[in-house]
Amino acid sequence: MTVGIVMLCHTALERAAQVARHWAERDCPVVIHVDRRVKKPAYQKLFDDLSDLGNVQFSARHACEWGTWGIVAATQDAAAMMLASFAHVRHVFLASGSCLPLRPVEELVAYLDSRPRTDFIESVTTEDVGWTIGGLDFERFTLRFPFSWRKQRRLFDSYVKLQRRVGFRRKIPDGIVPHMGSQWWCLTRQTLSAILENPEREDIDRYFRKVWIPDESYFQTLVRQVSAQVESRSLTLSKFDFQGKPHIFYDDHLQLLRRSDCFVARKIWPHADMLYDAFLTKAGLGQAAAEPNPGKIDRLFSKAVERRTKGRAGLIMQSRFPHENWENGRTSAPYSVFQGFAEIFENFEPWLGKVAGTRAHGHLFAPDKVHFAGDDPVYNGSLSDSAALRDYNPRSFLTNLIWNTRGERQCFQYGPADNQTISWFMACDPNAQISVITGAWAVPLFQSNANFSDIRRQAALMQKLELEYLSILRSAFAKARVRIWSLADFVENPMEPLQTVIDEISPRAVRRLTEAPRLADLAGFGQFLQNLRNQGMQPVLMGDFPVDFGQSNPNRRRGRPYLVK
Amino acid sequence: MSILSRYMLRLARQRWRFRAIRKRGELRPVAIRTGRIAPSDLLVFTTLRNERVRLPFFLKYYRDLGVNHFLIVDNDSDDGSREYLAEQGDVSLWTSKHSYKRSRFGVDWLNWLQMKYADDHWTLVVDPDEFFVYPFCDTRPLRALTDWLDASSIKSFSAMLLDMYPKGRFDVMPYNEGQNPFEIAQYFDSGNYSFVRNGKFGNLWIQGGPRARMFFRDNPERAPALNKIPLVKWNRRYAYVSSTHMLLPRGLNQVYDEWGGEKASGCLLHAKFLDTFAAKAEEEMQRHQHYANSHEYRAYREALSVEPDLWCKFSEKYINWRQLEILGLMSKGNWA
Repeated sequence: MTVGIVMLCHTALERAAQVARHWAERDCPVVIHVDRRVKKPAYQKLFDDLSDLGNVQFSARHACEWGTWGIVAATQDAAAMMLASFAHVRHVFLASGSCLPLRPVEELVAYLDSRPRTDFIESVTTEDVGWTIGGLDFERFTLRFPFSWRKQRRLFDSYVKLQRRVGFRRKIPDGIVPHMGSQWWCLTRQTLSAILENPEREDIDRYFRKVWIPDESYFQTLVRQVSAQVESRSLTLSKFDFQGKPHIFYDDHLQLLRRSDCFVARKIWPHADMLYDAFLTKAGLGQAAAEPNPGKIDRLFSKAVERRTKGRAGLIMQSRFPHENWENGRTSAPYSVFQGFAEIFENFEPWLGKVAGTRAHGHLFAPDKVHFAGDDPVYNGSLSDSAALRDYNPRSFLTNLIWNTRGERQCFQYGPADNQTISWFMACDPNAQISVITGAWAVPLFQSNANFSDIRRQAALMQKLELEYLSILRSAFAKARVRIWSLADFVENPMEPLQTVIDEISPRAVRRLTEAPRLADLAGFGQFLQNLRNQGMQPVLMGDFPVDFGQSNPNRRRGRPYLVK
Repeated sequence: MSILSRYMLRLARQRWRFRAIRKRGELRPVAIRTGRIAPSDLLVFTTLRNERVRLPFFLKYYRDLGVNHFLIVDNDSDDGSREYLAEQGDVSLWTSKHSYKRSRFGVDWLNWLQMKYADDHWTLVVDPDEFFVYPFCDTRPLRALTDWLDASSIKSFSAMLLDMYPKGRFDVMPYNEGQNPFEIAQYFDSGNYSFVRNGKFGNLWIQGGPRARMFFRDNPERAPALNKIPLVKWNRRYAYVSSTHMLLPRGLNQVYDEWGGEKASGCLLHAKFLDTFAAKAEEEMQRHQHYANSHEYRAYREALSVEPDLWCKFSEKYINWRQLEILGLMSKGNWA
C-alpha cells in the first residue's frame, strides 16, 4: 500500500515539479491541480516536465481564489481522480506546490502503514478554535459572503455587519456539525470515498459553496460523519502568523526543520535552494520511528508574532512608536527618582550607589547639563550630557537611558529647578518609583550666600513648581509608585522611609541599613522659614518645621540618624 | 485627517511629480541599459558626485544582495566615476551638470527615473556611502525580503541611517578602493536617538547619533535627519518628498507600529566618516550645494579644524544585524 499525493499549485511551478518528481519516483502517485489563473505556457511547461512519469496526473482546473469554494472543488476532483486511477493508494495526502517533504518517503509510507485506519486531519469545533482571523468562526457557517475579503474588504465587512444587525442566519443542513482546521490533511481511501460518494453530496456542496473559507471546514466537518478514527492534527508543518498567512521557511531554517521530524513542511520560499537540495536530493537520516515534533519551530514563530504584536517593552525605535498608553511599558525597566534627598543629605548619591548596588546619578534634568553618575560626559548608548540635546526630546532621553542600561537599575535626583516637561511622563510610568521630600529645595537656599530678596523670589518659584509637580503625582492618572513626605516629617524619622525605599530597589538585600547618609546641618532652618514668612512668603511644603529645630535638643546627635541595630 | 488636508497632500504629490517631469531635461543619458530590466528585477537608484573610490565596493555589496540593475545619476563627476560606471553591464547612467541643490538634492532626478523605469518594481534608493542591512541579510537575499513584504502586503520598508565612524581621527586609516569601509568605520552610537512624529506626512523624525552628539550639541534641531524609507514597491504615482526621509502618498510613511508592536525594519550603515570626509566637506562648502545653506557641512568644517574623534567609551563595535536587532535599532517584526 502506498500514499497518494494531491498537490494544489498556483505559483513556483518549477519547484512543484521538482517535489512532484520526488514523490512519483518513490512510488507515490501524484495528482496535480493547477490554478486556472495560471497562464497556459507555464502550465504546459509543468505538464511537459513531468510527462515522463507514468504516475503523475493532472486534474480539471478550477480558479482558486483564497477563501472561496474553488479550492475545495479542486481538491474534490483531484482526490476523486487519485482514488479512481491508483488502486493501491490507501492514504491520500493533500499538499500544496510549496510543500516540501522533510523525511524520506519510505518513512511516511511506513508511518501510515502502521496506522491504516487513521485519518490525520485537524478538526476542531467552532467553539474551540482560537486562531480565526477577523473574529469570524461560527458565523462562517451562518452568514453569506458574496464579496471578496481581499479585494472588497469594505463591502465584505459592512455586509457581515448588516447581516448581524438584521439577524440573518443560514440554516445549517441536518447532521452537519461545523468543524474547522488546517487545510492540509491526510485521509484514508475509505473516509475520502465516503465523503466524495455521499448520496447527499450535492446538497452538502451547495451549502458549503457559500460558507466562508470552505477549504478549512469542508473536509474537517464531513470527516466527523464518516471516519472511525480521526487523529486531529495535520501531518503538514504549517504555521500561521497574526495576519493568517503562513510563515515561510528559508535556508537558515534547515537545522530546525531537520530536527522537527515532521513529514512535510509548508511553505518553503521557492528560492531556498539549500532546503530543496537538502531534502530532495540527499538521502534523509531521520530516525524511522520518531514522532513529528514541531515544538521548536512553534516557539520560533510564536515569538515572532509576539514581537510583531507586543514588541519590546519600553523600546522606542524606527518601527515601534506607540500611541500614548499603548506602549506596553513606557520604559523598559524600573527606576527610582529622588526629590529632595540630595538636598538634605550631604553624601546622598555615593551612599545610594553603595547601598542599592547601582550607580546613582545626580540631577539628570538639571538646566546646566546632564549630571550622570561620576560626572561622565557620555553614558551608556553614547548618551550625551548636553542639556540642549536632552531638552530637545526629554522623553526620548529618559526612555533611551532606561533602555540602554537594561539590567542595571537607574536612580537619579530630580527637583523643581530641573526640566519639568518630563514629570507627566514619569508620573504615568508604572516603572517609576518616585520619592519626594517636599520643601527640601529650601535647604540649599538656606545654606546659600544669596541676598534674601533673591532667596525669597527663588523660594516662591520653587514652591510653585513643586506644587504643580505634586498635583501631577497625586492625579488620578498617575501610575508611578509615589511616596511623599514633608521635610518636617522626614527629618523627624529619616531611617524608616529610607529603609522602605531601599528595600524596594534591592529586595534581595535582606540586611538592614547599617550606614546612613549624613544629614545636613539644619540648625537655624526653622528660623529661616520664619524669616520667609515674615517677608510675606508662605512656605507650605515643609510641613510644621519647628522653629527651634536642632537647637532645643542639644543631646541629639547631629549628622548620622539613629540606627536600629 | 480632513478631506482638505488630504487633498492638499495630493496636490503636493502632483507638484513634486510635475517638477520631476520638468527636470528630466537636465539628465543626459550616458549608458542606458534599461532594456535589460526584467519585470520583477530589484533596482537601485543613486545620485553621486566624485565617488570613484567607493564605487567598486558599493556595486559589489548590492550585487551580492541580489540587486539586478543600478540606475545612477552622475552629477558632473571629474574623478572617473562616470567612465567607470558606464562600463558596468548592470548600470544605466545619466549625467547632469545642473544644480544638485535645485534638483532638491537629486530627488527630482530620481523621482523622474523611478516614474519611468521603476513602476511595479522593488526599488532601493541609496547614496554610495549607504549600505542596506535588514533582518537575516547574512543568510537571505534581498529578494527573500521583498517576497515576504509582497506576501504581507507591505509596500515600504524603513531603514534608519546609522552613522559609522572609526576610533580616532578620520584619516588614520586611509580607505582603499574595493575595501569594506566598515573595516575602518567600525563603531556606532547605540542609544541616543530622538523620535518625533511628523503630523503632516505621518513619518517619524529621527535625529541623534554621533553627529548630534559632537557637531550639534548646542543646536540639536539642526542635526541631520536619520529616518529613511529606502525600500519601496514603487508605483509611478509615488514621489519622494525630501531625500528618502518621506514619501507621498503618506501611507507609505507608516513604517512603524502604533499599538505597541514592532514592524520589521533595517538600517542603512553610513560610511561617511572615512579619510575622504575632510576633502568632501571642503568641496561641498565651496559648491554650496547642500541642504539649508550647507549648515551641516559648516558645522563639520568647524569641528574638523580640531580633528574630531567621534569615538567614545560607550561606542558599540559593529558585529552584524542581530546585534542591531538586540540593541533595538532595527527589528525582525514577525519575520522569522
